[in-house]
Amino acid sequence: MAVLDKLKLWGLKKAPWVYHVNTGACNNCDIEILELLTPRFDVERIGILLVPSPRHADALLVTGICTKQARPRLQEIYRQASKPCLVVCVGACACTGGIFHDAWHFAGPVDEAVREVDPDAAIIYIPGCPPKPEAMIAAVAKALQDL
Amino acid sequence: MSATAQAVLAVILGIFGTIALGLLFQWVDRVVTARIQWRKGPPIYQPLADIIKLMGKETVVSEAASEKIFLYAPVLGFAGLCVASVILWAAAIGPGSPVGFDLIVAVYFLVFPSVALILGASASGNPYAAVGLGREMKLIIGYELPLILAMVPPIVASGNSFRLAEIMNTRPEGALEIISYVLAALCVLAVSQAKLGVVPFDQAEAETELTGGVLLEYSGPPLALIRLVRGMLLFLLPMFIIIVFWGGVQLVGWGWLTTPLKFVAIIVVIVLMRNTNPRLRIDQALAFFWFIVTPIAVLASALSVYQHAVR
Repeated sequence: MAVLDKLKLWGLKKAPWVYHVNTGACNNCDIEILELLTPRFDVERIGILLVPSPRHADALLVTGICTKQARPRLQEIYRQASKPCLVVCVGACACTGGIFHDAWHFAGPVDEAVREVDPDAAIIYIPGCPPKPEAMIAAVAKALQDL
Repeated sequence: MSATAQAVLAVILGIFGTIALGLLFQWVDRVVTARIQWRKGPPIYQPLADIIKLMGKETVVSEAASEKIFLYAPVLGFAGLCVASVILWAAAIGPGSPVGFDLIVAVYFLVFPSVALILGASASGNPYAAVGLGREMKLIIGYELPLILAMVPPIVASGNSFRLAEIMNTRPEGALEIISYVLAALCVLAVSQAKLGVVPFDQAEAETELTGGVLLEYSGPPLALIRLVRGMLLFLLPMFIIIVFWGGVQLVGWGWLTTPLKFVAIIVVIVLMRNTNPRLRIDQALAFFWFIVTPIAVLASALSVYQHAVR
C-alpha cells in the first residue's frame, strides 16, 4: 500500500489542476492568475492546468473578500470538488478581508467559510494586492512540497 | 509466428502498446501546442501523471445522476476502443486476420467512446452536460456518413474485400483511383478531428461556454478513463488512416523509418488544425460535414467505382 500512496502523492504533486473561484474580487488578482498561463510564466510546464469544473480540481484558487452573496456559493463549490482539494487564498482580500474588513457586505474571511464545511481543509495563503505571479508559483511549489 | 502467438501479441500491443503510445501522443500534442503559443510545455511524463493523480482522487456522483450508467459508461468506451485497437493491431502485425469484415467492425468500435460519453453525460443529470451531449450526437450524425462513404475507395480497390489486412496491402492504381484515395483520406482526417473532440469540433466540451460539457460531472477514476480513451484515440485514428489509405504499418526494413514518419505527419496536421482554428458553432460544424465533407466523400467513391467499371 505504501507504494500506491507514494504514487498517488507523486501524481498530485506533478499534476495539480486548479479551478478559479471569484468571491467578489476587484479582478486584479484574476488578471494576475491568468498571467500564469501566458508564455512568460507558463505553469503548464509544472503540470498546472486551469480546469473548467470544480469536479476536476485539485485546488480552488479563491480571489476576493468573501461577500455575503458569495459565501454559500463558495461553500457549495468546496463541497462539489473531489477531494483531496487544496484551497488557495489569493490576495489580501481572500486572506483577511483586506481593506474591506469593516464593509457591510463582508461575510468573514475565506478560510472561515471553508472551515465551516470542512474543519480539516488544507488552506494556503498568498498575500499581496495583487500577489505577483512569481509569489503564486512559489506558494504552490511550497504547498506541494508539504503534502 | 503461429496464429495463437499472433493473437496474443495483438491483444498485448492493442491494449498496453496503444495506452503507452497514446499517452506519448498526448504529450506531443500538448508540447507542440505550447511551442506554437511560445510556451515551454509540460514534461514527457505529464499525461501519465494526470492519469495517476485522477486514479487516486475521490469519485463524486451528484444526487441527480443515475449512478450505475454514469460510472459504467467510461468503462464501456474504454472496452470498445480496446477492441478496435486489437483489430487494428492484428491487421498491422499479421496478414491472416481471424475475423472477416473487420473494417466494418473497426469503424463500429471506433464510435464507442463518443456513444459512451453521450450515455454517461445523459446519466449525469447536469444541464450543461445535456447541452454537450446533444451537440455530440449532432456531430456523430454529421461525421458518420462521410466516414462510411470514405471507406468505399479502399474497399473497391482491394476487390470488394472488407479485411483490413487485404486493404492494407492494396495500392491504388491509375490517376483516378489515387485522386479518390487522397480525397477520402482528407475526409477521414476531418472526421478524426471531430472524433477526437478537439478544436474546431470541441462543441461538446466547449470549456469557455459549457464549462466542460459532457465531461463536467466526471471526477477521479472515470475522468482518468475518459482521458486515457482520448489519448488512445489520438494514436488509433492516425493508425486507422495509415492502414486504410497509406500503405499500412509495415515494420520491416524501411518501414521502421517511414511508419513513424507517417504518424508524425498526421499528428502534426491534427495539432496544427486544432491550434489555428476557432471553435465552430454546432450548426456550422454540421453544415461543414454534410455539405462539404460528404459531397467530397461521394465524389471519391464515385471516382473509384467509375475507374473499376471502366477497367
